[in-house]
Amino acid sequence: MNKKQRKMLIRILTTVVVLVVLAVAPVTGILQFVLYLLAYLVIGYDILGKAGRGILNRRVFDENFLMAVATLGAFALAIYNRSGDYVEAIAVMWFYQVGELFQSYAVGKSRRNISALMDIRPDYANLECEGRLTKVDPEEVEIGSVIVVQPGEKVPIDGVILEGVSSMNTSALTGESLPRDVKEGDEVISGCINMTGVLRIRTRKEFGESTVSKILELVENSSSRKSRSEDFIAKFARVYTPAVCYGALALAFVPPVVGLLLGTGAQWGTWVYRALTFLVISCPCALVISIPLSFFAGIGGASREGVLIKGSNYMETLSQVGCVVFDKTGTLTQGVFEVSGVHHNIMEEAKLLEYAALAECASSHPISKSLQKAYGGEIDRSRVTMIEEISGHGILAKVDGIPVAAGNTRLMEKLGIPFRECHTTGTIIHMAVDGTYAGHIVISDIIKPGSRDAISELKKAGVKKTVMLTGDTKKVAAQVASELDVDQVYSDLLPADKVSKVEELLAVQQKRQKLAFVGDGINDAPVLTRADIGIAMGAMGSDAAIEAADVVLMDDDPMQIAKAIRISRKCIRIVYQNIVFALVIKFGCLGLGAIGIANMWFAIFADVGVMIIAVLNAIRALRVHRL
Amino acid sequence: MKKTYKIEVDCANCANLMEEAARKTAGVAAATVNFMTQKMIVEFEEGMEPVEVMKAVSKACKKVEPDCVIQL
Repeated sequence: MNKKQRKMLIRILTTVVVLVVLAVAPVTGILQFVLYLLAYLVIGYDILGKAGRGILNRRVFDENFLMAVATLGAFALAIYNRSGDYVEAIAVMWFYQVGELFQSYAVGKSRRNISALMDIRPDYANLECEGRLTKVDPEEVEIGSVIVVQPGEKVPIDGVILEGVSSMNTSALTGESLPRDVKEGDEVISGCINMTGVLRIRTRKEFGESTVSKILELVENSSSRKSRSEDFIAKFARVYTPAVCYGALALAFVPPVVGLLLGTGAQWGTWVYRALTFLVISCPCALVISIPLSFFAGIGGASREGVLIKGSNYMETLSQVGCVVFDKTGTLTQGVFEVSGVHHNIMEEAKLLEYAALAECASSHPISKSLQKAYGGEIDRSRVTMIEEISGHGILAKVDGIPVAAGNTRLMEKLGIPFRECHTTGTIIHMAVDGTYAGHIVISDIIKPGSRDAISELKKAGVKKTVMLTGDTKKVAAQVASELDVDQVYSDLLPADKVSKVEELLAVQQKRQKLAFVGDGINDAPVLTRADIGIAMGAMGSDAAIEAADVVLMDDDPMQIAKAIRISRKCIRIVYQNIVFALVIKFGCLGLGAIGIANMWFAIFADVGVMIIAVLNAIRALRVHRL
Repeated sequence: MKKTYKIEVDCANCANLMEEAARKTAGVAAATVNFMTQKMIVEFEEGMEPVEVMKAVSKACKKVEPDCVIQL
């Protein structure tokens, strides 16, 4: 509890004591009135002040104004009726303040809880300088410095291990509880916790560019992208408060005037009382607070599970996903290709692989990596000149001055070189050396162990259709698709075709259903942005994916996709529960208040009670671990 | 230029009002208030002095929510 809250608590307790004393003390008349007025001022002076300033600043209809008018009105009514019942006015103010206090406390507490969940920000870095270690602010560490991470400490900055072996706990980033073993030469990402050994790390990025900063920035900015529900509430509150005020005004004056005209008596007291009840009920706090809180809790809980959602609007879209489109490579399959055969080669296998590896040396595509791996030797880039990458076809380059072409059948057709089809499933790299066909290399990809389950989990989570897109050949695609039980497959796609395929799918999409595209962030940035919602997988360390996608999965386990959808559904369910619950109770009580069934006490429940329940419900969105 | 300021504000609606007030201040290109992390992210218009603009933002915010604090 902070200072402001403690002060409020004292005021609340003082008022109770004064009221109890006044109830038993034998004071009457003007003295009684003055004492009650004092109690009222103790509890409500700040509200009156704010209401006054609101009027001066021409911002009339806010909740301070509502409370000030309602309670002052009740006070005036007690004088007018000579009932001496000043308690009601004080009670309304009292409950309002208790509600505000609770809300400020509960919201503050949950805010701190959520922030603590995301507490991956490292406080310091152990900088190694001339053989000595100094603790410095991570922001001061320059690229290429050497830092030391002791067991139990967080890695503050992305880098490469120079020395040491350890296991890393990545759960704060990925939600994955199994530790990851790292050794010399491995990349480590900031935010992981070093568990066993001492690590010396050469930093590769500044703190501001490191994974941990990127993630924090993303989560902290997420509330700026507002969802439709939040917009709705903001607009609603803008119209609703003035509307209720005019409604109350009408309720206070119209029936008595009509009564006077009809000669049935004005009954001013009754109608003014009802109007005041109306005002108390009307405060929109429950909605205004619980909706952003639900989203924030949902986003916080999700990021704890390794699912980064970039904004409330994406949370909303994600919950409506009816069709999931996958990129095959790196998403459903491991994207770690291995050379599984070399066929019809006219030269030695090793020589052909060497040509292939050299030709592809500039490409970051997983295929070229596997070629380099199969070749095994050092890549001397100076042997390669005139590299030309033809998107969707392959690569043309000169190795030791000899023209080499490495690519798919389309490349061979384009070059007019006769080639031999391959009968094995896998990615086929046809090679032409010095203008003649030199054989082909078969590379196959391995399906991720969780992919099949992930597809069936998606179905269970309510996704209607799953589609797989790939640049691979039909044969490979069909085999993978049948193994995984994907509904539709489109193969032989160039990167640009993927965008148009997604557009086709968007066109046939049912109106309220959204389309998600899942990719690994490499080469598919345009598709990620074109889909209703782009999900990038395995983003640990890949800036491109974090930039392009709307939802980032830190892990590359496809099961996380279904989890992300379930988290969003839960969050949105809570949001709708709160909206419906608050509106039904409010309008119900407004109705009852207008016809005189609901009194002030009802009104206080409709205001404070609803808000407390809505806030508690919103906090549920944080619990997503078991989904 | 974009800068982040720490703020103190108690209610979510007030945070929304502050955001609106900040956006309307001269020299501010864009502003977001994150109630949950208690931060205000302000993007300044080209050539504007953040210190001066923030004074105006702070004043505008005080008008809509007298209880708020912006740590400049």
